[in-house]
Amino acid sequence: MSTQQPVLQLQNLTRVHGAGATEVHALRGIDLAVYPGELVAVMGPSGSGKSTLLTIAGGLDTPSSGRVIVEDTDITAASVKELAALRRRSVGYVFQDYNLIPALTAAENVALPRELDGTSARKARVEATAALEEMGLGHLADRFPDEMSGGQQQRVAIARALVGDRRLVLADEPTGALDSETGESVLALLRSRCDAGAAGVLVTHEPRFAAWADRVVFLRDGAIVDQTVRSDADSLLSGQVAEA
Amino acid sequence: MSIRHGLLALLERGPRYGSQLRTEFESRTGSTWPLNVGQVYTTLNRLERDGMVAQGGEDTAGHTLYTITDSGRAELRTWFEKPVDRTSPARDELAIKLAMAVGAPGVDIRNVIQSQRRHTVKAMQDYTRLKAQALLAVEGGGARERDDVAWLLVLEQLIFQTEAEARWLDHCESRLIRLSATAATAGTEASSGPSSSSAPTVSAAPNVPTAPRTSAS
Repeated sequence: MSTQQPVLQLQNLTRVHGAGATEVHALRGIDLAVYPGELVAVMGPSGSGKSTLLTIAGGLDTPSSGRVIVEDTDITAASVKELAALRRRSVGYVFQDYNLIPALTAAENVALPRELDGTSARKARVEATAALEEMGLGHLADRFPDEMSGGQQQRVAIARALVGDRRLVLADEPTGALDSETGESVLALLRSRCDAGAAGVLVTHEPRFAAWADRVVFLRDGAIVDQTVRSDADSLLSGQVAEA
Repeated sequence: MSIRHGLLALLERGPRYGSQLRTEFESRTGSTWPLNVGQVYTTLNRLERDGMVAQGGEDTAGHTLYTITDSGRAELRTWFEKPVDRTSPARDELAIKLAMAVGAPGVDIRNVIQSQRRHTVKAMQDYTRLKAQALLAVEGGGARERDDVAWLLVLEQLIFQTEAEARWLDHCESRLIRLSATAATAGTEASSGPSSSSAPTVSAAPNVPTAPRTSAS
């Protein structure tokens, strides 16, 4: 895994809100690399900087210092135009409240980022349908958001985040509005997309959902204080679990 | 863990020999609580002494077979009907450790909590990975389906348990932070107490109940 190029690199990232006496250090020197096939969960109490980290990683906010590299592009040095293109082509977002466009069907929602990026409507639609089918969501293609459950909408949002060549999905509390069983199905989909080669960053305060990740990063007061790496599943089957 | 009742439950499905019981027990529970053959035979001997199982001949390979008796069936039914006792909780090392860490000199309780949290979340990651496999196996169906379902239930129990522990650790940490913040405020109001030098000192916590409740943000 480490021989591959990371999809996302955060280098010595800081973010300061305000100035002088009211200065707040939301992030203090974050270093993080996320590789293809890897799902990283970011956990921490509220106010620890989880969401700030994610918005900066996706170019929705700019750091006070440090670098954000997505694929090969340093987005902290990119022009507004380059940044917009990068957001369309390389990064997908999944939010707590799904953010699907109500007037568009599932397939049209998924096709939209491709169309915005200049792909013909017909081709974008074909790609969207393929993406939905690959994720076991083909039956939802013609439904509008209000005809889908929350869990279905969120899975469509994941399809939208990863349609085309995009390999990086940033998910901010994607299960926040879902019951725990539906939340599991959303995480299972995210997990399977990462197993298929995508890179994912998941911000959550729920340990049960963080447990789907390959790596769990603990954030506190804007700094990474600890992290964990899962064991190889095969080694668990040889009776090691009992010792845990 | 009740090996005794576990063995009775397996024997209710038909006569079995010792190492067969061990294999079946482990495939039901995914080797989460490994048994050795010695434990199985010791338990069988006790069950036989108590009249709940009887030796019932040999199979073609010469293994001694055990069968469940009527009194064993009655015992098993009672076991399924009666809830597992939770009113006298087993000693919990982590709870004892945190209880001892409160105010212990030279111990940073937040570090104790964090190192446990890392370990607990890692265990959850491992169980979740296994659960994903178990789910696939269950969806696939097949001859072992009943064992796969049983194993899935056991894994989910482990996930729920570790989840509860992780949440409890989060709760402990935020409670301690809140208490030490309140204690620090109360300390500065009274006079400069020993806690004024370092705000997040948990040893100040026992003073809290008498402290006036200041507006928490």
